[in-house]
Amino acid sequence: MLQFLVRRFLWAIFLFVSATVITYLIFYVVPSDPAKDICGRACTEEDVARVRHFLHLDEPIYQQYGRYVWNLVAHGSLGTSYTNRQEVNHIIGQAAPVTASLVFGGAVFWLLLSLPVGIYSALRARSLVDRAAMTFVLVGVSAHPVWIGLILSYFLGYRLHLTPIAGYCDFFNPSLGSDCGGPVQWAYHMLLPWTTFMLLFAALYVRFIRANVMETMTEDYVRTARAKGASERRVLFQHVLRNSLLPVVTILGMDIGLALGGAIFTESVYSLPGLGRQVLKSYEQFDLPVILGIVVFSTICIIIFNLIVDILYAVLDPRIRLE
Amino acid sequence: MTAVLQVRDLRTSFRTDDGIVKAVDGVSFDVEKGKTLGIVGESGSGKSVTCLTVMGLNDRRNATSSGSVLFDGRELLGAPPEQLREIRGDRIAMIFQDPMTSLNPVKSIGWQLEEAVLVHNDVTRSQARARALELLKAVGIPRAETRIDDYPHQFSGGMRQRVMIAMALVNNPDILIADEPTTALDVTTQAQILTLMRRLQREFNMAIVMITHDLGVIAEIADDVVVMYAGKIVEQATVDDLFERPQHPYTWGLLGSLPRLQGESERLYQIPGQPPSLLRPPSGCAFHPRCEFAFDRCPVVVPELVEFADGHRHRCLLDDARRLQIWEQKKLELKGEAA
Repeated sequence: MLQFLVRRFLWAIFLFVSATVITYLIFYVVPSDPAKDICGRACTEEDVARVRHFLHLDEPIYQQYGRYVWNLVAHGSLGTSYTNRQEVNHIIGQAAPVTASLVFGGAVFWLLLSLPVGIYSALRARSLVDRAAMTFVLVGVSAHPVWIGLILSYFLGYRLHLTPIAGYCDFFNPSLGSDCGGPVQWAYHMLLPWTTFMLLFAALYVRFIRANVMETMTEDYVRTARAKGASERRVLFQHVLRNSLLPVVTILGMDIGLALGGAIFTESVYSLPGLGRQVLKSYEQFDLPVILGIVVFSTICIIIFNLIVDILYAVLDPRIRLE
Repeated sequence: MTAVLQVRDLRTSFRTDDGIVKAVDGVSFDVEKGKTLGIVGESGSGKSVTCLTVMGLNDRRNATSSGSVLFDGRELLGAPPEQLREIRGDRIAMIFQDPMTSLNPVKSIGWQLEEAVLVHNDVTRSQARARALELLKAVGIPRAETRIDDYPHQFSGGMRQRVMIAMALVNNPDILIADEPTTALDVTTQAQILTLMRRLQREFNMAIVMITHDLGVIAEIADDVVVMYAGKIVEQATVDDLFERPQHPYTWGLLGSLPRLQGESERLYQIPGQPPSLLRPPSGCAFHPRCEFAFDRCPVVVPELVEFADGHRHRCLLDDARRLQIWEQKKLELKGEAA
């Protein structure tokens, strides 16, 4: 167990270093001059040089990188934004809950949809329901979230006034002078984003769960269970599902970890101030500290969720030991 | 002699994308109380499907069966699933070829044995556990008290097959159907499992249906033998009769391919060719393309199962005198090899 954690930790450091170094290098290679952009049109060469010095952009790249890592390790600080001098920690602290709402809520929805549909499709392969589900899978996999988002928000939001068209309401703190806030408004505003975000995953999971269940149904131990005289219900729940849903745990953990880095398309369509939209905005402004901050945050999310998956797997599957 | 299981004219066919496969084609036999019936044949001869049909374990979506399966006076074929379920694992139990994959990998063996008890009996889990433990000891699992909470992957193949046997016997069945239970095991383990099955058969006074492709296993354990080829019975006899005066060329081939300890280690005899496709079986006698004694009638006439002596039947078109002559010669050849 200890060995496992140590190895995981070293792996995490390696991931962190490669992700940040690559991001730095890209910024170094791309022809841009953040100091000039930040300073504005009216700046003289001297002003720009001062800004450049102030932001340490006049230092060699390895020095900048060293400074960044030092700030992060020693002070837990991801630096400050080039454009508005806000703490990157603060920016991420604002945006992460929005993305988390989208991803976790979406995950609940896509599981609620894909589990019953996938299992039923597997049990009644080639039935009408199965064919309908497979059509849904095809559509869900092929349709782009931006397209789905625009369609949904136009019809359900703009035409039918069933949902908000866009925007986000905080779960905890209602904004001043509006009723936008609290769990109900939060969920109401998230309905369409959840739907948009989860469709692709729901489609993928339906197909994945269906295939897994169908494969498990042909396993010898399922035949053994039937030979014992176990009821079909018992065979399904105790023998088929327990085994066929193990891999779902794995990819669920990975997908959530990955998606927390930003569900860019969905957040853009619905103007949700999450990580995805933030990274897009910062990219346009060459705001390296913010982008790096989000890269670091995503890397940490992925590492943590992979760890959770591994530990969960060891609990669920007696054949796996953490070594 | 009382037959606990009577199978009459059993036919099972599967619908496939390429057409209808007649996997079992008019099979009849009796299983006597406390006795062992051996069913021998190559892969694809229909021996496993016969037993799965008896158990009602064929995929209902593409398998159709006809004929009769009488168990204890009750017709099993076409019986409601709920009735079959009550008999399965309780009165008729089954063990399978591959003990490595036949146990659920994520449940402890104790759990799986308890399940077999709980499905059929109204007892508490601790009572079920006591029964499970009793059986694990009976099949010779060392330190059963501690191993009961282990998972299948923590057991060797032979031990897993013992667990399977324990699980099958946990409800004191009348019949144990064993589908090649020793095929996946090494030779010494095979012998142990067969010895165990013989001992348990006496203790539990149950009938065994032993499916195998190995006449050696038949010689060890069977009282009566059914030889199957291409979904049909080609020979049916008591075990002594079958080894003493086999009547069908296919049986001769199987006997010839038995390894012997004595004598020089020559290459084993091999029945030439492959088992036929059941999708398009050969005309006439299904064995004729591989039969060295086939003559002009064989590809044309479908042979009937004829009674050769009391309880000894065969499905061959050769006349008795010719068959006797060939067998006398074969016997000498086999003995010669042995000497």
